[in-house]
Amino acid sequence: MRLASPTTVIPREGGESSTPRLLGRPLASLEYWIARPSRAMTARLWRAIAVVTFLLAFVLPAAADVAVPELTGRVVDQTGTLSSGDIAALTQKLRDFETRKGSQIAVLIVPTTQPETIEQFSIRVAEAWKIGRKKVDDGAILVVAKNDRHLRIEVGYGLEGVLTDVTSRRIIDEIITPKFRSGDFAGGISDGVDRMIRVIDGEPLPVPSPTVNFGNLDDLAPLFIVTLFASLGVGGFFRAMLGRLLGSLATGGVIAVLSWFILGSFSIALALGALGFVIGFIADLFAAMGPSSGSSRRGSWSSGSSGGGWSSGSSSSGGFSGGGGSFGGGGASGSW
Amino acid sequence: MRKILTVLAALASLSLTNCGYNAIQSEDEQIKANWSEVVNQYQRRADLVPNLVNSVKGFAQQEKDVLLGVTNARAKVGSIQATPEVLNDPAAFQKFQAAQGELSSALSRLLVVTENYPQLKSDALFKDLMSQLEGTENRITVARNRYIKAVQEYNVTIRSFPSNLTAMMFGYKEKPNFSVENEKEISTAPKVDFNPAPAPSK
Repeated sequence: MRLASPTTVIPREGGESSTPRLLGRPLASLEYWIARPSRAMTARLWRAIAVVTFLLAFVLPAAADVAVPELTGRVVDQTGTLSSGDIAALTQKLRDFETRKGSQIAVLIVPTTQPETIEQFSIRVAEAWKIGRKKVDDGAILVVAKNDRHLRIEVGYGLEGVLTDVTSRRIIDEIITPKFRSGDFAGGISDGVDRMIRVIDGEPLPVPSPTVNFGNLDDLAPLFIVTLFASLGVGGFFRAMLGRLLGSLATGGVIAVLSWFILGSFSIALALGALGFVIGFIADLFAAMGPSSGSSRRGSWSSGSSGGGWSSGSSSSGGFSGGGGSFGGGGASGSW
Repeated sequence: MRKILTVLAALASLSLTNCGYNAIQSEDEQIKANWSEVVNQYQRRADLVPNLVNSVKGFAQQEKDVLLGVTNARAKVGSIQATPEVLNDPAAFQKFQAAQGELSSALSRLLVVTENYPQLKSDALFKDLMSQLEGTENRITVARNRYIKAVQEYNVTIRSFPSNLTAMMFGYKEKPNFSVENEKEISTAPKVDFNPAPAPSK
């Protein structure tokens, strides 16, 4: 698919900057050969070449980086190197490790990372997959580029202290690549992952949380409380000014607009706004029903905070997804 | 009176979010954080240099010039303060980048030289140091890339309407960004010379 012509030495970043260079060299030599003919002719030729190179720049996939593969499981093999049994065994091992220790390890095998180096590719994968727990950053990815004969262990921030560059390089040099050289990819990867697990086991990490993922709930809980109090405060003010319906509408509106600006997410803002409206509205009903409207307002508030609908935390039972860990380029690369 | 104040405060915060003031603030902080990471990784490299020089010295004493070059470049890097204030001073930024670039090229000269010493290359300590250096260089690349992206985001905010008015009002300027140090070297095609090179001094 790739048509590498001798003049297309395209630098990795910035397709635009390469275009003038593509033009520059053939033109210089061409002008030398067609120095005699008329200027109009040369100009036309120039334009034709310009157009062709311009089109080629789009057609040639040579400059396009390999897309980050989808995270379909703990082991992603795009080359068909591993048998389904190997993948199942590896996945089981990695899953057990995560439930025991909490840190995530993923394995990725791609045919090639060209034109990027494996380091450039694997940091993109790490940034996209977000392997490892959030804030703990205890993820690691073993990336193998089979046809390039390169591999890399990409280490998350939280593991850099234990799975150091030196340790990673040793795992690659002493455990994985000897097996790769003899063609035993499954064995090399399995042994390498075993060693990584053993090394990471030596690091005291936070205990893994129970299997149900409450990540979303944790993020939203403070917002929830803020909304509640905002609807109390602002609601009281608006209700006094505008009356029950209009007042609670205004409350909801203000909350929605505010949270839209603060959060930048329209849907959450809308939900919070609706919540504010409902709280404002019901609160007023309570206040109206109560024997002393207005003074005993505070007493009836506990009922408003129920909000039982927040079960949106995605359960991580079936598929596999990164926990939000971040990477900074630690680890080591090797080749065989 | 208090109600009016509350409304005014709400309006003020709304207009602030609209005019991009908050965006500028958070992006500015992001740049500072990313810059600290860049400096952090450069520092890590600088810390590796003495060990590296020492381990090479044991095997390749005659490469005095190269070793001296690395040591001098390392000293120069150490003498430059890389506080976040550097980011508001393009000249200081340039100086910082130049010093780091010098260390980079001195180190690559050192690595070329070490190719001539098979014994050194198989030394365990040297191997470890090399993988640390490689890892650090990779981290530097990552940190620089992230810094570049953060600066790009910030500069776009500062130059686009309406936040450019805010930026003008508060005196926020564009931040300097990394450029490729050896632009000329890259843009000329590498020469492949098959003539026997002058024998390396052993």
